[in-house]
Amino acid sequence: MLEIKDLYAGIDGKEILRGLTLSVQPGEVHAIMGPNGSGKSTLANVLAGRPRYEVTSGEVLFEGKNLLDMPTEERAREGVFLAMQYPVEIAGVNNIYFLKAALNAVRKHRGDEELDALEFLQLAREKMKLVELDEAFMNRGVNEGFSGGEKKRNEIFQMAVLDPKLAILDETDSGLDIDALRIVAEGVNALRSEAHSVLVITHYQRLLRYLVPDFVHVLANGRIVKSGGKELAEELEQKGYDWVETAEVA
Amino acid sequence: MSAVALDIRERASEAFAKLGWPTPRVEEWRYTNLAPLQRVSWKTDDDTQPTESDASMAGRAAHEWIFVSGRQVSGADAYATSQEPGRWADVERNALVALNTMHMQDGARIEIPANEVVDGFLHLLFIGSGDGIWSHPRNLVVVGRNAQVTIVETYVGTGKYFTNAVTEIVAGDGAVVDHYRIECESLEAYHVGNVFIHEERAANVTSRSIVIGAALARSETHVALAGEGASIALDGLFAGTGTQHLDNRTVIDHIKPHCESLELYKGVLDQHARGVFDGRIIVRPDAQKTVSRQENRNLLLSESAIVDSKPTLEIHNDDVKCNHGSTIGQIEQEPLFYLRSRGIGEDEARSLLIYAFASEIVDRMKIEPVREQIRRSLFQLMPERLPERRGGTR
Ligand SMILES: Nc1ncnc2c1ncn2[C@@H]1O[C@H](COP(=O)(O)OP(=O)(O)OP(=O)(O)O)[C@@H](O)[C@H]1O
Ligand SMILES: [Mg+2]
Repeated sequence: MLEIKDLYAGIDGKEILRGLTLSVQPGEVHAIMGPNGSGKSTLANVLAGRPRYEVTSGEVLFEGKNLLDMPTEERAREGVFLAMQYPVEIAGVNNIYFLKAALNAVRKHRGDEELDALEFLQLAREKMKLVELDEAFMNRGVNEGFSGGEKKRNEIFQMAVLDPKLAILDETDSGLDIDALRIVAEGVNALRSEAHSVLVITHYQRLLRYLVPDFVHVLANGRIVKSGGKELAEELEQKGYDWVETAEVA
Repeated sequence: MSAVALDIRERASEAFAKLGWPTPRVEEWRYTNLAPLQRVSWKTDDDTQPTESDASMAGRAAHEWIFVSGRQVSGADAYATSQEPGRWADVERNALVALNTMHMQDGARIEIPANEVVDGFLHLLFIGSGDGIWSHPRNLVVVGRNAQVTIVETYVGTGKYFTNAVTEIVAGDGAVVDHYRIECESLEAYHVGNVFIHEERAANVTSRSIVIGAALARSETHVALAGEGASIALDGLFAGTGTQHLDNRTVIDHIKPHCESLELYKGVLDQHARGVFDGRIIVRPDAQKTVSRQENRNLLLSESAIVDSKPTLEIHNDDVKCNHGSTIGQIEQEPLFYLRSRGIGEDEARSLLIYAFASEIVDRMKIEPVREQIRRSLFQLMPERLPERRGGTR
């Protein structure tokens, strides 16, 4: 599904990822943990094609295609979804209109019929229930005046509607209360299947209790310095990151 | 023609003889040069014919008046007033008002009796046509105490004509007026519009100016808050492309205490278009407890588009709450990336954001046919920027 090979990337001339290699197979959930500033969001942003991030060397294949060559919207249409760490507010762009336009762009790319307003509304309502978002939110501007938790739920709602092959969650759990956390995890779990993969970036164990990863990786100084199973997350929570980094350097 | 009307025409001719055409040497005309207008020997059209226009809102408006090149061709026989225009517009210092008054043609002369609440909205449609034809429509709207009314002025047309319109609005004690001015003139035309709003005690006026058309447009709104507790909301949207020149000037005069003014003007400029916002707020010594907020925000869509923003505050007492500001920027990268990251193509994402910028003004308009008209005009003005959406919710 996703093959990242020896990736070097940075922003504004500052090198952040330094030889990152990672392979995600269909249906797998990978957790990425690591100290602040280690490059987790950079990885997510590079995969989504956020402007200003530059790749200096390495390769990223998504279903065998060169992901880095595609403009942002094409990556999304191919099935990559990034739930952002800080979703932006866009006043004046109606949530539901925007999402319908997005879904139809994705469907068109896949060769599916576009949904009309009624069909779309049906689908949206169903997914709204899943993330327990009130319909009133949908007629507001994109994330406009949403609380932190509502923004995160809106990300998961969009993910549920767009049904991506690879979902990247950048600290979607941060700032969520336990109920919201459960809702987010359920939303992601509903997507989880043989064909869907998830990359979860998180600092905490607690989301991973609901959303059990197949692999846990530790990112430090722009590289993956340790990988393991779900027990690694627990170990990290108890011991912090220091032991990993020192163990690696030694 | 009445003796009063004759008299103000004479006064206006004298004033214009003294003032002459404004030149960029005058501070208020620093950014806009009317020289190209002066080179034309303009004529009035004495043989106007009723014209069909898709800008008509017949059936949707409570009453509609239609004027072609300054002459009334149809109109309701409703709310007629015996008052003469001229009392509120500044003939002595405003050359274009003097010019209008000298050549004064038809226009709506409306009076809403005290306490009357007019359902729906009144529509005044001005159609310009013909190269070398000028028109000088003159409107007077008198709104009695505690009366309520919504008035929409729409300016459209075809050709290289020149519209020089003046509208006087008087809001009596406690009157509520919602005023719309939609300037969608031909892209070859010249348009000068002067609006004078005079508010008495506790009057509440909203005036919205949309400037989308004309090769050169100068739109002025003058507000006198002349009674305690009066309030004004001024909304403006100007959108230009090609080589359009759209100049907006507003003057809000806080004369009495406890008045409030809220102003938001937004500009969208593409290609080589140039926009001007010159917003002046005066707080007189007697106008204690004034609350005033003024904002001008501009979106430039090309490297060669220009906007000059000049908000000015003149405060002559210290018991006031005033703030003002202006911004000039491009489409922001973050929202653009967000939309694209969901699969929306770059052009469509841009058009959503441009439309979103304008929609802050459009969405708070209360009349659906007007919102519709503005959307249509925006899409027509910038077809590459704002491809009309198929069957969207907005
Ligand atoms: N525009 C920029 N210019 C220079 N350095 C930047 C820029 N943006 C981010 N960085 C730096 O890049 C490094 C990696 O940032 P990144 O956001 O990827 O970290 P992270 O692992 O997601 O951290 P966190 O856990 O705090 O979210 C940080 O040191 C950050 O300060
Ligand atoms: Mg981060």
